[in-house]
Amino acid sequence: MLRRSIFPTRALSRSYATTTHPHALVFLEHRQGVLDSGSLSALTAAEQLGGKVTGLVVGAPEHVQGVVEKARKLKGLTSILHSASSQYAEPLPETVSPLLEKLLSGSTPFTHIVSSTSSFAKSLLPRVAAKLDVPSVSDVTSVAHDASSNSTTFTRPIYAGNAIATVRAPSSIPLKFFTVRGTAFTAAQAQDSSQAEASSIEPVEVSDSPTEHIKSTFTKSDRPDLGVAGRVVSGGRALKHAETFASTLYPLADALGAAVGASRAAVDAGYADNSLQVGQTGKVVAPELYMAVGISGAIQHLAGMKDSKLIVAINKDPDAPIFQVADIGLQADLFEAVPELVEKLKA
Amino acid sequence: MRPSAVRLLNILVPVKRAVDYSVKIRVNPQQTGVDLNVKHSMNPFDEIGVEEAVRLRERHKDQVKSIKAVTIGPPKAIEILRSALAMGADSSIHVEIPENSPALEPLAVAKTLREIIKRQKEGVDVVILGKQAIDDDLGVTGQMLAGLLGWSQATFASKVEIDHAKKEALVTREIDGGGEEVRCRLPVIITTDLSYNFVNPEPRYASLPNIMKAKKKPVEKFTPEDLGIDYTPRLETLKVTEPPKRVGGSKVANVDELVTKLKEAGITVA
Repeated sequence: MLRRSIFPTRALSRSYATTTHPHALVFLEHRQGVLDSGSLSALTAAEQLGGKVTGLVVGAPEHVQGVVEKARKLKGLTSILHSASSQYAEPLPETVSPLLEKLLSGSTPFTHIVSSTSSFAKSLLPRVAAKLDVPSVSDVTSVAHDASSNSTTFTRPIYAGNAIATVRAPSSIPLKFFTVRGTAFTAAQAQDSSQAEASSIEPVEVSDSPTEHIKSTFTKSDRPDLGVAGRVVSGGRALKHAETFASTLYPLADALGAAVGASRAAVDAGYADNSLQVGQTGKVVAPELYMAVGISGAIQHLAGMKDSKLIVAINKDPDAPIFQVADIGLQADLFEAVPELVEKLKA
Repeated sequence: MRPSAVRLLNILVPVKRAVDYSVKIRVNPQQTGVDLNVKHSMNPFDEIGVEEAVRLRERHKDQVKSIKAVTIGPPKAIEILRSALAMGADSSIHVEIPENSPALEPLAVAKTLREIIKRQKEGVDVVILGKQAIDDDLGVTGQMLAGLLGWSQATFASKVEIDHAKKEALVTREIDGGGEEVRCRLPVIITTDLSYNFVNPEPRYASLPNIMKAKKKPVEKFTPEDLGIDYTPRLETLKVTEPPKRVGGSKVANVDELVTKLKEAGITVA
């Protein structure tokens, strides 16, 4: 009885002691001034926390203003902070983390730090989180914030997507860092009525960075970007060579206006570039159409594509596990079936 | 023998015991986690880390002084250290936590590694971790460790060259849409990507003689109390569930039927 009477007081004092209104800081990434689509999904996730959302744009002086102008129109953004420095032209975790630490130290207004699960954010956010002594939750597929308990609940795939974990960051974690799986949230749209207020912040210059950027090389392609494509045609080891991979898959991808993906086996064998790998350790895609050509369907591959709307499999092996998830399966020699398919699709 | 002017490299390789990548995992009926009474092995990315450490020694013969493997895990995690030793690590450290402890959080692991690095009398120049563990799929430990130490970090590495005289590492990294090259000042934290296998042959198999030798190599033991690390999770795992089951559809007999089905689904040429 006595215990019970203590409870309400405790609850009161707790809600008094904590700020309950979430304020998310979304790291808006861009490449050479072009906003990253993953960041738009991260923005949608941040908005679902139910509070203010501030975007952060860092980059070279010649890019930042353009990105900010585009970002101001994004639905869901309350304000934008931007910081320009030649040091951010080729951003490195070592050079960008001091700026984030400064923004998040002391009596910061921010409660959540959000980004897409991009290669740069994956490198940056945990570094900052550790310095601030808080955990970081990776690749979330849903988020819900409870303002009364100041806790945030996430779901995220574990074990290559073979299990879904529901985890809660309680109020004892003052800054909640998380990265967002792009395919699980729609991209925030631009709207004419929005004009988020933008203000600039001083960059934190790192005079003696232990790491120096030398060069980046990007795989050029006229096809849509794998991560955001509506249709994906993927090839596996059965494509035999890099040449046959290209000559068989590219015409099909071009006919469908699809991006090209690959299984790890195809990447390891050198048929396709690393950046095309779909799976647990590569890209996660969820297009309208996923066509798996000569891919057996190992769990690591399925982890990267099983949320696709329509899965089509072409495989010679009737027992290939891919047929267990495919909506439409064709058991055939891909070297005959794919050219025929291209021809008949065009007819 | 006089000590050389430039100190020799000491490499630390953290490894994790995880459910083997080929196991089809099952969520337990209480929805608290997955059934762990299955085959375990070294996290594949960590295996690449050990392999790379051993190859660094092969390439820079007399410049690598030591390769030390470290793991934080239950008593059985010692098997993972033995594998690392059989692959070519010289010595190892086991931070032993009780059987059935809750899963380790990366921040606590990073703090443990920092503590261990502090205790290495000869220092640590290179730490090579896997880019992610295939059980929790978080992929943050290396970055956290780099943050805690304020060291240079090179994540998702596919190629590493170390210039011992200049005390720097040239690392090729996998990034979205391509690759990147960075120059890191030592000491450095490197996390390995799978494409190590693509650029180089697969991690080596430990031969029987090496497995026998590994049994004689030293394993230093610590408890969490020795290191002053609290492994109580800060995130609460509310539940673990099966993902929605995807049921395959039917097979079609030929390309014509496939085209018809695709058209029914609204898929036509772009």
